[in-house]
Amino acid sequence: MTDLSFLFTQFLGGLTTAMFLFLIASGLSLVFGVMRVLNFAHGSFYMLGAYLAWQAVQWLSPLLESFWLAALFAALAVAVLGGLVERLLLRHMYGKEELYQLLLTYALVLILGDAAKAIWGTQQLSVSRPPILDGAIEMFGSVLPVYNLFIMLAGGAIAVVGWLILSRSSAGRMVRAAALDREMLGALGANVGALYTGMFMASSFLAGLSGALVTPIQSIVPGMDVEVIVEAFIVVVIGGLGSFWGTFWGSLIYGQVLSFGILIMPSFSLFSVFALMAVILIVRPWGLFGKPMR
Amino acid sequence: MKTNDLASRIPWTLVVFLVALVVPWLGSRYNTFLATQIAISGLFAVSLNLLLGTTGLVSFGHVAYFGIGAYVCGILMKTYAMPFSIALPAAALGAAFASLVFGFFCVRLTRIYFAMLSLAFSQIIWAIAYKWNDVTGGDQGLPDVPYPDLDWMNSIPLLGDLRIAGQFYVVTLVVVGLSLAAMRRIINSPFGRMLTTIRENAERASAIGVDVRRYELAAFVVAGGFAGIAGALFGIFSRGVFSDYVFWPKSAEVMIMTILGGIDHFWGPVVGAATLVLLNQETTSYTEYWSFVLGTILLVLLFAFPGGIVGGLSAGFAWLRRKRRGAAGPETGSAEVATVEVKRA
Repeated sequence: MTDLSFLFTQFLGGLTTAMFLFLIASGLSLVFGVMRVLNFAHGSFYMLGAYLAWQAVQWLSPLLESFWLAALFAALAVAVLGGLVERLLLRHMYGKEELYQLLLTYALVLILGDAAKAIWGTQQLSVSRPPILDGAIEMFGSVLPVYNLFIMLAGGAIAVVGWLILSRSSAGRMVRAAALDREMLGALGANVGALYTGMFMASSFLAGLSGALVTPIQSIVPGMDVEVIVEAFIVVVIGGLGSFWGTFWGSLIYGQVLSFGILIMPSFSLFSVFALMAVILIVRPWGLFGKPMR
Repeated sequence: MKTNDLASRIPWTLVVFLVALVVPWLGSRYNTFLATQIAISGLFAVSLNLLLGTTGLVSFGHVAYFGIGAYVCGILMKTYAMPFSIALPAAALGAAFASLVFGFFCVRLTRIYFAMLSLAFSQIIWAIAYKWNDVTGGDQGLPDVPYPDLDWMNSIPLLGDLRIAGQFYVVTLVVVGLSLAAMRRIINSPFGRMLTTIRENAERASAIGVDVRRYELAAFVVAGGFAGIAGALFGIFSRGVFSDYVFWPKSAEVMIMTILGGIDHFWGPVVGAATLVLLNQETTSYTEYWSFVLGTILLVLLFAFPGGIVGGLSAGFAWLRRKRRGAAGPETGSAEVATVEVKRA
């Protein structure tokens, strides 16, 4: 039975990756779905979340050890930054071609990446696990760190909460309406500008939060921004750009393909996820769960 | 339209080419180095602009074909000790073939999906380059790609005086010059005009019976092939081919070059490449934060000069001319026409 438990370990590893990516990609997908902006800077927000969490832990450490407070601070700070970016920069690009929107968000990738390097240097930083989530548990013969379990639950919780907000609250209804027809929503008297800012802030919040939550299990390094954004793109493309549940399933698929791809072709697991993205785009450009546009 | 008579009679392209040709004899290795880099980047950026400006396709994975050209040429010359005269065409063909395969799928998609799929393909190439140790050297790359055998130049007066880097620069300039001339011909041919028609209104083009996908695919292949040539030259120039060349931020970089120069003009991307290469050299001697500078330039560009340097300059000249004419006599109607013409030239 060792074989089975080994496979189960791989499965759990894939699940952890998946839930992490879902945390990151859900914000990316939301912004694309509603605002039709492909935000390269989403990865930079994630990176800033990680650095800010580290910074907050340093600031708090003389007083108290609170990883959670630090994570919350990081996520909120990134959300504020996202709001500023939307208000001051992105807003002016809505009417223009995709090329200019892509390049604007890429300019932010360049600027924020170097800003992080200037502030925090290039050495690896790390944050220790919150004591409550230290240790590991055993499940069917495979060992699972408690923190990974927490990430899985957090991803699931975000999925449920996000879905509830989108489908049941009035704000969610507005978001869905904006995704369908922005001008009509504006004509009906809704404040679409504020809605977009709010959306972008929520998306940045999720990016910052996932960046903060990654710190206990991954070291913080420059370049984590451009790496993660490509992974998030893959997830979003698999599930369907702009589809919330699509992103959820997309993350699950990505996690398992990566996790088992390593077993089958050790050096080509990277290749397999990109190939998966390409195949999906070729066969169903709108993703497994998205709807064709226009 | 009456333009400045003397200025229009001088073959500016030839003048620039000849001036550029003199660079290695001025004796500064550094200037030769910069000039080589500008020539190669210029070719790369113009090849992207065939998609971006001429056809209106936002390819976010153009670096894949540059990288394939670099790897094909580097592997043939280093691993198999093939001559440059075989490796260079092989690189162009390899890149063109890859763009035929990838482009076949890309042109089926529109707009943002096109950009995403081209990005996905370039990342596939990157993953292969990064992991296929036996052939590409994996993350170690392919160092010490040899210079082509240019001993025949030593017997030629003037050329024989140059160091190998200078001689390679001359080769580069000739290859780039020929490639640019070829691309210019393509853009001004009926085929190129059709690409612009597709950019302006793809639906109408297909309504009058144009096979839009086939034209787009042809443009994709031509652009990929020339990117491959640029990549092959770059691999030799920088004495090695590394997987970093194919990583997606490089695609963004060449896109910035193109936009910085101006996508509405044939020479725009070359101007953009030259500006960016020189700025990079200047900036990195002061600060390590080149990306920060680049990002800021990009922001200013997007908000203040969406037409790029050449677009901005030609708009400025048109404005000056109009002002002069306005002083001479009221002829505003035709001046406005002139502005539009300059912008699209």
